[in-house]
Amino acid sequence: MTLEQILFIIFGVLTLGAALMVVVRRNVFHAALFLIVSFFGVAGLYVLLEAPFLAAMQLFIYIGGISILIIFAIMLTHDLMDPEEPGANRQWVVAALVAVALCLVMGWMAFHHNVGASPGPVPENTIVLLGNALVDPEGLVLPFEVASVLLLVALIGAATIARER
Amino acid sequence: MVPLEWYLVLAAALFCIGTYGVLARRNAVAVLMGVELMLNAVNINLVAFWRYLEPGGATGQAFALFVYAVAAAEAAVGLALIIALWRTRDTVVLEDVDLLQG
Repeated sequence: MTLEQILFIIFGVLTLGAALMVVVRRNVFHAALFLIVSFFGVAGLYVLLEAPFLAAMQLFIYIGGISILIIFAIMLTHDLMDPEEPGANRQWVVAALVAVALCLVMGWMAFHHNVGASPGPVPENTIVLLGNALVDPEGLVLPFEVASVLLLVALIGAATIARER
Repeated sequence: MVPLEWYLVLAAALFCIGTYGVLARRNAVAVLMGVELMLNAVNINLVAFWRYLEPGGATGQAFALFVYAVAAAEAAVGLALIIALWRTRDTVVLEDVDLLQG
C-alpha cells in the first residue's frame, strides 16, 4: 500500500466519520463543529487529487464562510431547540434504509461500470488554465458572470428575508 | 495511485450520509448541514473525474467552483429563511412548520 493510499484512507475516514457524527449528534452545535472536520477531510482529498486551488477554496469558502454562517444561525435560534428532544424525526428508520440502499446502488455502479482510467500527468499551471478558462469568451465567461449575479441576488435576498420587520 | 473507484465510493457514502441528514433531522439548520454534505460529495466526484479523465482541461475544476458559488448562495438564503421562520413562528423544528398543510 502506497503512502497516497494510506493518506486517502486517513482523509476518507476523517470525512465520513465526521459526516456521520453531523447527522447523528443530537446537539446541533456539536454537529456544526463536526461539519468543519468533514470539510477539512474533503480539502485533504482535493490535495491528494492535485487540485490545490480547490483545497484552498474549500478552506476559505466552506470552513471560513459557510460554517461560520451556520454557527451564527445556530446561535440565533439555539435556545428554542430543547437539547433533550430527539434529534431525528419519526421517519428516521425509513430514511436510514433509503440512504443505505442508495449507497449500495451507487457503490455497485462505481465498481461495475469500470471506467478503467489511469490518471495522466497534471499540467504545472492548472491555476493559470482555470483562470483563463473562466474569463475566456469561448469558454466559461458566461457562467462565471451568471455566478456573480446569483451571489449578488442571494445576498440581497438573504438580507431582505432576514430583516427585522 | 488511488483507484478512481475509491473516490466514487467515498463520494457515494458521503452523499448518502447527507441524504439521511436531510430526510431524518428535525432541526432546520441540521437539514441544511446535510445539504452541504451532499454538495461536497458531488464536488469530490467532479474533481476526481477531472483528475482521472481530463487532467489537461479546466472544466472539472471550474464546475466545482460554480458548485461553491451556488452552495454559498444556498446557505445564505436558507439560513435567512430559518431566521425569518424563528422570528415569525418561534421554532426551527420542521415538523412544527405546517402553515401550508391543508
